[in-house]
Amino acid sequence: MGAGHAHRLYRHGHSPVHGLPPHTKLAATFAFVVVVVSTPREAMWAFGLYAVLLALVAYAARVPAGFLLKRLLIEVPFVAFAVLMPFVAEGERVEVLGMSLSVSGLWGAWNVLAKGTLGVAASVLLASTTELRELLLGLQRLKLPPLLVQIASFMIRYGDVIADEMRRMRIARESRGFEAKGVRHWGVLAKSAGALFIRSYERGERVHLAMVSRGYAGSMPVIDEVTASRAQWSYALALPLSALVVCLLGWML
Amino acid sequence: MSHISRILPVRAEELRSQFPAHRSCKEFATSHYHRTVHVPDGFIDAPTSAVTGVVAAAAVAVSLRGARRELDERTAPLAGLVAAFIFAVQMLNFPVAAGTSGHLLGGALAAILVGPYTGVLCVSVVLLMQGILFADGGLTALGVNITNMAIVTTVVAYAVFRGLVKVLPRSRRSVTVASFVAALLSVPAAALAFTLMYAVGGTTDVSIGKVAGAMVGVHILIGIGEATITALTVGAVVAVRPDLVYGARDLRQRLQLRVGGELVDAPAAEPAVPVAARSSRKVWAVGLVTSLVLAGFVSFYASANPDGLEKVAADHGIDKKTEDHSTADSPLADYGVKDITDARLSGGLAGVIGVGVTVVAGSAVFWAVRRRRTDDVSPSSTSTTAGSSA
Repeated sequence: MGAGHAHRLYRHGHSPVHGLPPHTKLAATFAFVVVVVSTPREAMWAFGLYAVLLALVAYAARVPAGFLLKRLLIEVPFVAFAVLMPFVAEGERVEVLGMSLSVSGLWGAWNVLAKGTLGVAASVLLASTTELRELLLGLQRLKLPPLLVQIASFMIRYGDVIADEMRRMRIARESRGFEAKGVRHWGVLAKSAGALFIRSYERGERVHLAMVSRGYAGSMPVIDEVTASRAQWSYALALPLSALVVCLLGWML
Repeated sequence: MSHISRILPVRAEELRSQFPAHRSCKEFATSHYHRTVHVPDGFIDAPTSAVTGVVAAAAVAVSLRGARRELDERTAPLAGLVAAFIFAVQMLNFPVAAGTSGHLLGGALAAILVGPYTGVLCVSVVLLMQGILFADGGLTALGVNITNMAIVTTVVAYAVFRGLVKVLPRSRRSVTVASFVAALLSVPAAALAFTLMYAVGGTTDVSIGKVAGAMVGVHILIGIGEATITALTVGAVVAVRPDLVYGARDLRQRLQLRVGGELVDAPAAEPAVPVAARSSRKVWAVGLVTSLVLAGFVSFYASANPDGLEKVAADHGIDKKTEDHSTADSPLADYGVKDITDARLSGGLAGVIGVGVTVVAGSAVFWAVRRRRTDDVSPSSTSTTAGSSA
């Protein structure tokens, strides 16, 4: 908890992108991804332009390319899946380097790779320029049900606490000579998980009582409402709007 | 959607440290997230993603109301803490054999421990945060991911669990057995739901038989791991705090009073419930025996089939890292001869669909009736007992 709740993808900075109100950034990212997903996959150049747009945002946010690329590794499992597609898909086949590949499978693989990568890159940019607390405020501002936002904020706030409890249990296990080697040891680990649940639940009850004693009656007071000026909105929406232009061009050409 | 992973040859120290909190960012990003693979953007087409998004939003809205009924204003802190628990427990490694480990998905566990509504909320929030914070799962695929992993898993698990608890004798062992079966069925059910979405809005025309065969085959095996861990964990909680296990709350001992030297049941808070349960017991028994036989067949085929096992190993091998690229040919070879296994698996598939649909529909009706009855009988008692049972 003492770490200031900065999540691990966040990259501290004072760029214009960092300074945008969180809900404009959330809306822009989401709109951008929607536009990307609805672009026809045959318009390969469009995806190149999207990548350029994201690169411009990354430049404006002063997020180094290496940082961004490293985060893209999350996608690796699905890259493997995409690589399989040309082999298993139906339809007409082409011979490439002696292997028989499905044409629609190749298109499918390209589709998933391009759109998935752009989606991950957009989310990474959002996460690396927006603080946790801001993200929650932004979600609240975007009319996500307040209860859901509260649940999310409790999860974020206590995530480290619960993870730390789990770490202490692991240290306790290890200092008693336990080492999980195989299925035979699942019982012990599951007991830890059970104990972790009980501790989390009881902590939840204590937190609730503490909140009630401070006047909580089901809703949190909004103390820092985030607002965005028209200029900030237009600044943030420049990304999805230019992407939309590209998308429309992709459909027409 | 693959959850059993092969950890590459890593340093002993890294194997031991199950905690990303104390590792560097890069290790965190790659070590945790190569395991939980959520559907990315572009995998399912835009219209289908939109529809699943609406479905997910509706289900979350229903769950918000349901959870508020279960937990009152305690919903936020309790559901939040349980979500944190699920997030944390997904990082707990369960070693299978040298170098291989699995981990919990948590949908079934959440449903059994805190109830279906709160369970859906917790898993949805975890998925939402993973999508926004860690770019794990596409933003447009959020609906797909929530529908599969939060809704289908939780609802199927809870329906199966309640059904079994109703039929089996009232004991702690039954709770464990019921959680095992519930978790076992919930994972392939989610895989089936994904296959269905893929059939409707997949962006590549891979034959649905192949997708279904691969998805369900792999996920039955994952389900076995999930089931074992869930059952053990629920067993551990039941042993210590049975009152916290939402799904087994009516198994608690009745309060008894000693009146004039003999034990008398204290005035029960919900007298109508056991009677109602007994009347429907036979229906449940028949339905569940049928479904268990079906499920048995499916798992028999899956496990008696070395091809399936081999495929999982290969799939997860190439899932992982470049080192395994040398083996990349074998799954392809497998795919070439997969037609026979596909036929078998798709036969078993119908079984799983049947089980899922029957159990879900049956228990939906059952719950509607039961809920109305308890509401009629004791509207006040539920609020007083909610403290310990929910």
